[in-house]
Amino acid sequence: MSSLILSTATRYLLPLLLLFSIFLLLRGHNDPGGGFVGGLVAAAALALYGLAFGPVEARRLLKVEPRHLIGIGLLLALSSGLVAVLFLGQPFMTGVWSSIELPALGKPGTPLLFDLGVYLVVVGVTLTILVALSEDS
Amino acid sequence: MDIVAIVLSGFVLAFLSPAVYAAARQWTGWLLALLPATITLYLGLVYLQPVSVGEVFAITYPWVASLDVSFSFYLDGLSLTFALIISGIGVFILIYASHYLAKYRQINHFYLYILLFMASMLGVVLAGNLITLFLFWELTSLSSYLLIGFHYNKEASRAAALQALLVTGAGGLALLAGFILLGMAGGSFELVTLLEQGELVRGHSFYGPLLLLVLLGAFTKSAQFPFHFWLPGAMEAPTPVSAYLHSATMVKAGIYLLARLSPVLAGTTAWSTAVIGVGALTMLLGALIALQQTDLKRILAYSTVSALGTLVMLLGIGSKTAVEAAMIFLVVHSLYKGTLFLVAGIIDHQTGTRDVTQMGGLGRLMPITATATLLAGLSMAGLPPLLGFLSKELLYEATLALGDYALWLTGAVLLANGIMVAVALTLFTRPFMGRLGDTPRQPQRETTVSLWLGPLLLAGLGLLLGLLVGIFPYLMSNLLAVPQVTAVLGQPVSVKLALWHGFTPMLALSGLTLLLGGAIYWQQARLVDWLNRVDPAARLGPQRLYQWSLAGLYGLAQWQTAVLQNGRLRIYLLIILSSGAALSGYIFWNSHALALPGNLPPVRFFEAAAAVVILAGVAGVMTQRSRLGAVASLGVVGYGVGLIYILFGAPDLAMTQFAIETLVVILFMLVLYRLPHFAVLATWPVRARDAAVSLTVGGMFTLLVLTVAALPPQLRLKTYFIENSLLVAKGRNVVNVILVDFRGLDTMGEITVLAIAAIGVYALLKLRLDDRKKE
Repeated sequence: MSSLILSTATRYLLPLLLLFSIFLLLRGHNDPGGGFVGGLVAAAALALYGLAFGPVEARRLLKVEPRHLIGIGLLLALSSGLVAVLFLGQPFMTGVWSSIELPALGKPGTPLLFDLGVYLVVVGVTLTILVALSEDS
Repeated sequence: MDIVAIVLSGFVLAFLSPAVYAAARQWTGWLLALLPATITLYLGLVYLQPVSVGEVFAITYPWVASLDVSFSFYLDGLSLTFALIISGIGVFILIYASHYLAKYRQINHFYLYILLFMASMLGVVLAGNLITLFLFWELTSLSSYLLIGFHYNKEASRAAALQALLVTGAGGLALLAGFILLGMAGGSFELVTLLEQGELVRGHSFYGPLLLLVLLGAFTKSAQFPFHFWLPGAMEAPTPVSAYLHSATMVKAGIYLLARLSPVLAGTTAWSTAVIGVGALTMLLGALIALQQTDLKRILAYSTVSALGTLVMLLGIGSKTAVEAAMIFLVVHSLYKGTLFLVAGIIDHQTGTRDVTQMGGLGRLMPITATATLLAGLSMAGLPPLLGFLSKELLYEATLALGDYALWLTGAVLLANGIMVAVALTLFTRPFMGRLGDTPRQPQRETTVSLWLGPLLLAGLGLLLGLLVGIFPYLMSNLLAVPQVTAVLGQPVSVKLALWHGFTPMLALSGLTLLLGGAIYWQQARLVDWLNRVDPAARLGPQRLYQWSLAGLYGLAQWQTAVLQNGRLRIYLLIILSSGAALSGYIFWNSHALALPGNLPPVRFFEAAAAVVILAGVAGVMTQRSRLGAVASLGVVGYGVGLIYILFGAPDLAMTQFAIETLVVILFMLVLYRLPHFAVLATWPVRARDAAVSLTVGGMFTLLVLTVAALPPQLRLKTYFIENSLLVAKGRNVVNVILVDFRGLDTMGEITVLAIAAIGVYALLKLRLDDRKKE
């Protein structure tokens, strides 16, 4: 299935969708959005790319194994919870915020790290399943 | 703080060990041994002196404060003795294994597992909170599973590993329940507090059940009758593992637990009956079976069972002398049994067999190994001036002072000890004396230093400590006995160790033991013949029971999988949905919870439109004659639901719903064209059943939603979240703040489930691929 319209459109849509997914991830703390939906949008964007150019191209674009993203995401989420334990001696998953104000991020804290973990797990899980299904043929 | 570092450094090094191995190769064992060596030295230099004058160290970190669970550590004489044994012997195990296991490719796994195990074991003996202790306790079971199954390509290894895991794991479950009851009865999980609450716990109505559960945990771990069978089975493990886990450390965890909790649990009739009874029985049984074995490692395994029984029995007696004997014997046994296991490994390595009847004459070829064995054997037989002599004298003194039961118990101890003397004689004379044996390999000379260093030093220590007690009785009492006995009895005691007690009944019994041992050794063949005729039932009973229950468990699992998990998605859905409906129906029926809201708000135009869209989608799903059409209709339903989320002010949910609907369609597209042609195969009764179930489930959910809407709104949580979202969690989007912060742990669980599901999908698809390739 190769369509000129789809592949040309995808070239422009992919970066936009990925940007949008990161935008959703970052704004999640204050406005509708978050790691879960952000991850789903990113996965959908990459799936779109896979439909347009084939699974092999999609894998090349992603560079990492989707399966590894799951592990990385879980570890990120876990370590975001450990920050408070290791550095402040407070219970697991206590939120810790930096005092530095960053552009676009505001004052980033461990919940953002946790959300990033969720984002990566969602992307990883969805793509693992998609890739496994499409490579099966 | 440093105690935490002592425990955690092992875990850190464990995970670094593959990298160390990649760099250091055959020197890995020596390098890694630096950690336990440092720990041993540090504990010895920093803590031995203050602990010997009665100091106790405790640190607490909050963990789950709301449940009184903390990450605590506690160090007193008892913990220190165990910690020194664990780290000290650990040094030699690592060095020994670096040569012994050198030819196995998976030796880097071994380093990882053994360090994990060592750290977990240190955690058990240094933990200061019941839950912390339990955590490390379970970690020792898990890491020992990996160690016993080191030769994972051998069926017997895997079976032995599983058996050890199931037996100690079942005990662990009992222990957890026991700990929770103990924490409730004593009012705290903290050892510092709990150890003061003996009176309260022993008088509590939970005392009976909690004692039973804690004893189950300790007895399974320490291989007491009738759970002793897993220990000889675990001899499938490589010898360094047996030397470490099954003589010096893991099997002593149960002993540690009994000793640790003695101030709280001991002193009742229930305690002494159960603990003395089981201990004495295990002691005798282990000794008798040891006598029948011809495999070096199995002889050692059963004699370990016997020694563990002795320790348990002594803790059951619980008098000052008995506890003194237990504490000294603990050290003695770790030293000589560690040595003998390591020697068994050397002999196996050199001759290619572990059968004592085949070997002989190795003494001239391997003088260092022979010396180590001789020293260990003398300690095992309890000859002066070795430390083993001291522990045996104390053992007799403890049983002689028992009044009514003195005769029986002393007799049992005499018999068990006599057999130990005979076993010690066998272990030395058979391999090392006489003519050279007819073994698969003929050793030419002594082994390398990596192998003999550990046994020689450990056995030498048994002699050195004995001599030191003779020369500096006061100092050695303060190091080896006073703080330990104080910890076990829960009150300060004065203990005076001496190598020479004078001409006492104990000395006479020691002499008698040696004579008996000699006689047993001389008549061993006849005795074994006689034993073989009377006892196979006692030896195999619990093992058979284990095998039957394991087979039963597998059978049950197979049956329920065949019935419930038959691989048809339709049936899964049918079962899940109808049981969900039945359960909620039962609750409605039983508690009359069904309620309907009085006045529903008027339906707005948009809402009605969304409902019509959803219904149209459902109708489409049911009537479409192609899969593509059905999937598209299902998408319409999903988008309709998303619309409703938007209308009712849940943009987060709506966005997620839309994204999921899109992905689901993509997923379906990938599978669709591989499915067979669409056809209606279901017969009318089946379709009627499905329709009935669907309508019931739908109806039940409608009732559920209406009931929830009719209930008075619960505002407490809602208000809390809204008020604290920005204030505490610094986020304005309450939904997301709940997900990543307030209930972050739930989300953590959910993404873990997601990951597991993905692995499952991946495995299913890839497995199918492999099958196809084979065809």
